[in-house]
Parts: sequence; C-alpha cells; structure tokens
Amino acid sequence: MLAIGLGHYLTVAAILFALGLFGIFLNRKNVIVILMSIELMLLAVTINLVAFSAELNDLVGQVFALFVLTVAAAETAVGLAVLVVYFRNRGSIAVEDVNLMKG
Amino acid sequence: MADVPNLMPALPEIFLVCAAMALLMLGVFQTGNEGKEGVKTAHLISNLSLTALVLTLLLVTTIASGPMRTFGGMFINDAFAVFFKVLVLIASALAITISQEYVTRQGIARLEFGVLILLATVGMMMMISANDLMAMYLGLEVQSLALYVLASFQRDDLRSTEAGLKYFVLGALASGLLLYGCSLVYGFSGTTSFDTLAALFGAHPAEAPSVGLVIGIVFILAGLAFKVSAVPFHMWTPDVYEGAPTPVTAFFSIGPKIAALALFLRIMIGPFGDLAAQWQQIVVFIAIASMVLGAFAAINQTNIKRLMAYSSIGHIGYALIGLAVAGQGGDGAVREAGIQGVLIYMAIYLFMNVGTFACILCMRRSDHMVEDIDDLAGLSKSHPMMALALAIFMFSMAGIPPLAGFFGKFYIFLAAVEAELYGLAVIGVLSSVVAAFYYLRIVKVMYFDALADSLEKPIGRDMAGVLVGTSLIILLFFAWPTPLLSAAAAATRGLFAG
Repeated sequence: MLAIGLGHYLTVAAILFALGLFGIFLNRKNVIVILMSIELMLLAVTINLVAFSAELNDLVGQVFALFVLTVAAAETAVGLAVLVVYFRNRGSIAVEDVNLMKG
Repeated sequence: MADVPNLMPALPEIFLVCAAMALLMLGVFQTGNEGKEGVKTAHLISNLSLTALVLTLLLVTTIASGPMRTFGGMFINDAFAVFFKVLVLIASALAITISQEYVTRQGIARLEFGVLILLATVGMMMMISANDLMAMYLGLEVQSLALYVLASFQRDDLRSTEAGLKYFVLGALASGLLLYGCSLVYGFSGTTSFDTLAALFGAHPAEAPSVGLVIGIVFILAGLAFKVSAVPFHMWTPDVYEGAPTPVTAFFSIGPKIAALALFLRIMIGPFGDLAAQWQQIVVFIAIASMVLGAFAAINQTNIKRLMAYSSIGHIGYALIGLAVAGQGGDGAVREAGIQGVLIYMAIYLFMNVGTFACILCMRRSDHMVEDIDDLAGLSKSHPMMALALAIFMFSMAGIPPLAGFFGKFYIFLAAVEAELYGLAVIGVLSSVVAAFYYLRIVKVMYFDALADSLEKPIGRDMAGVLVGTSLIILLFFAWPTPLLSAAAAATRGLFAG
C-alpha cells in the first residue's frame, strides 16, 4: 500500500501554488478569479507549513499556518472592498478593462 | 502563569498602535462626520497623528538600542532598527504634513487618512524590527493592508481605485511568493528564527545548502524585490504612482520602500549572510537591471509622477549595489562600507523625494491638479523660490556635487570599487549620466521655456516650510555630514553584530 509522505504533500502544494500563479497571469476575464487565485497560493503555503510541521515534530509551522489563515481572511476583505469601489467607478470587473494607465 | 515578555523594546510600536486605535475611536465618536464638520474632524485627527508620530520618534530615540530581543527572540531592537525607524517616522510625519492641503481641496479629507498612515507605520516598524520569518510576514501584511486602502483613498476617482486594485493584486502576489519561500526555508532548516538560521548556516559554511533551501531563499528575494519595486518586479510601480492620490504616492515612494529595504538588508545579511554565494549574483543582476531601466524608461515620460516612479526604481538599483558589495564577502570593512552606503543613500533619498513631491503637490491650476512636466514651463518666473528648490532636488537626484545626492552615490560607488565590483560601479555611473538627462530636462523646462499659464500661488505655509527644510538639508549636507555618517556607521555595526 502506498504510504503518503512529505513529498506528496509538497507536490500537491506546489501544484496548487503554480495553479494560483497561472490563474493570476493567464486569466483575462474576471478580477474575482484573481482573488481566488491569491487564496489558492496562500492555501498551498498553509499545506506546506503544516506538512513540514508534522514532519519536523515542531509546532512553529502550525502556528505560522494559523497566522497565514488569519491574514488571508483580512487580505480578501480588503481586496473585495477595493474591488467594490473600483466596480462603482468603472461598471465592470473584467481584467482587460483595468487599463486606464499603461506602463 | 505564563511569563509576560519584556515589552520595553517594542514600546514605540505598542504606543503607536494604541494611538492609532484611540484616534480612530475619537474620530468616529466626533459629532458629525459629513461636510464641514467632517473636514474639521479629519484635520484634528491628522494633527493628532502627527503628534503621535513625533512622540513615537522620541520614544524610539530614547529607548536603549543595545541589541534587545523580546517575544521569544522574534523582535529585535538594535542600532540598525533605530536608524531605519527614525527614517520611517520622519517619512510618515512629512507625508501627513504635505497631504493636509491636498486632501482638503480634493474633498477626501476623511479621518481615516491619518489613522491608516499610522497603521502602515506600525507595520513598517515591525518589518524593521522583525527577527523571525513570522514577525517579518505579519509586519509586511500590516503595512500592505493599510497601503492598499490608501492607494484607493480617492474612492470616487477611477484612476485611484484602479491603482489600488493593481497594487492589491500584485502586492498579494508578492506576499504569496514571499510566504512560499518562508515555508520552504522553514521546512528545510527546521526553524523560522533569524538567529537560529544564522547560527545554523554559520556552523557549516562549507556545506552546500539543500536545493529546497536555495529555492526558498530565491522566493523570499523575489517577494522582497516586489516590495522595493526592483526590476524585474517593478511593473506595478508606474501605474500605482500615477493613479494614487499624490500625497499617497509621496508616502509610497519613501516609507514602505525604506522599510522594505531595511528588511531586505537584515534578512540577507543576518540569517542568509553565510549563504551569500547563493544570492549575491541575483542581487547584482537586480541592481543592474533596476539602474538601467530607471535611467532609460523615464526618458519618454511626460507625467511627472510616472517619471518619479521610474526614478525611484533607479534609486533602488543604486541602493542594492551596497547589498551586492556586502554579499561579495572578503574584507569585513568593505562589507560594512557597502551597507553604510545604503543607509546614507536612503536617508538622503528620503529628503530629496519628500521635497520633490512637495513641489508636485504645489502644481495646481484653476483648482485642479496638473501633473505634466510641461506644466512647469516658466516656473522660474512665476515661482522663483519653488523653481530653485525643485532645481536643487533635481540636481541632487542627478548626483551633481556638492549636493547631498552626490555623496549618496559616491559612498555606494566607492564601496563597489573597494569590493572590486568594477562592472557594477561603471554601469552605475553610466546609468546615472543617462538619468541626469531627464532630471536636467525638468530644470530646463522651468528656467528656459516660456511661461504659458502660471500655476496657482501662493503655496501653502506647510509646503513652504517642508520645501525650505528639505532643500536646506540637501544643500548643506556637505558642510555637516558627520551626524548622518556616524549614525549610519553605528547602525551598520549593529547589523553585523546582530
């Protein structure tokens, strides 16, 4: 029977992180999807931290994971608030419409 | 019962965060938050925030700065931290001072402005004093969350909210990268404490670190490069600087940047100092790319806030030369010279930038702000003193002796030459020659172009005060450089003694 070890957790986390990263860059439709991608990246980190914490028999990682979860919630709240004021002004949340200033 | 940690080293932060919450409550319970009453409340809160910042500055300078650790070693207060905290507090106080008139006239005088700046300042001080990956991340987030809101503070303006949205998305991405790096470093070393990490890597200097660890360090580096807006992670900077309300842009270009650079120095020299072979090349690349991009991309800009964005990218490139020197290894004195150069550079950069943004905030015509470089035409005839001040800042940024900006660059390049990083020094000098073109173009527009339509005058009293103060500092630095030089030297020794 296959035993699930540290490597598997790290792989899952790496895949999730890469999905989040690509979600931010490839998505052209909706800013909400970007918020979800950011959340995905932070969750990947949480998985990493908890897996390492279990492997190392060290509680610090789990404490760190709790902080990450808290901060992720606060970050989403701020992000959604900014998105709402943007929507009031622009009337759209399509990523391709976020183009008033070009670099 | 659990022991209460020693709160003394963190007293300035504790005071500031309590002050921020008290001011928020005070503002909320003031009678009437709309119209004229609201503006009055906002002014009261701004002035009280300024007082809180000054009191914190006094606390920071009076508390003993011998390396003191607290909260289980997560928080450190040493000479290095004190140096940067003083810079950040000055930056925040000046940002509030120059914003007063702007927020009133743009109709965004709301009580949250001062409180948000205070909260961002608390985050920056936490970053500067962080001695653990966890403390670092939390400080960074406290700062960033306040800044996302500040960027979109003019909430009925499309450009401001777009700037806020862009800053949020890219800032969150940067935090994600940094955090992933933190998790890898934790996993492959078994600790998050900077002291333990430093001891761990110092004990086996010859051993090659594991791949996971190196990847973690690179991720942390990328996240921090985002926060200091170094190339190739700079793309948010011009858009955010252009869109955000001008006082907020002024604040962005000094406070968060200085704090992030302090964190950058501490983490690279402290825990990862013995792994310099792994990160030094990357820092060299980032420094070169930032200097070159800052020099060339700014040439075609017509909007002065955008130009300042590229200029600040370039300045970060010069500052990172100092870090590359410190990572070069070899002689301890040379490494210290590199870090000392960064400290001096950032202190001078702070005053140059505040002064320049104070000038930009005075660019107002028939009751709305103008931001194009061409709007400065003939400024020497309509506002001779302001034109003189702006010319001083531009010459200083271009690095023309005997202004302060020259000495900033001089110490950095000197350290690079001593460390035998000749390529870096030559590219630095060349790119500052290119950059001089667009700084001097502003001077040319002010002094030699015909006056079309005068900017509004007179400029406010606060503004005039800030302009006179910063331009005198820049102008007279060469006559009395000792205080800054010795403070930077003490701070550098504090960092290396860690």
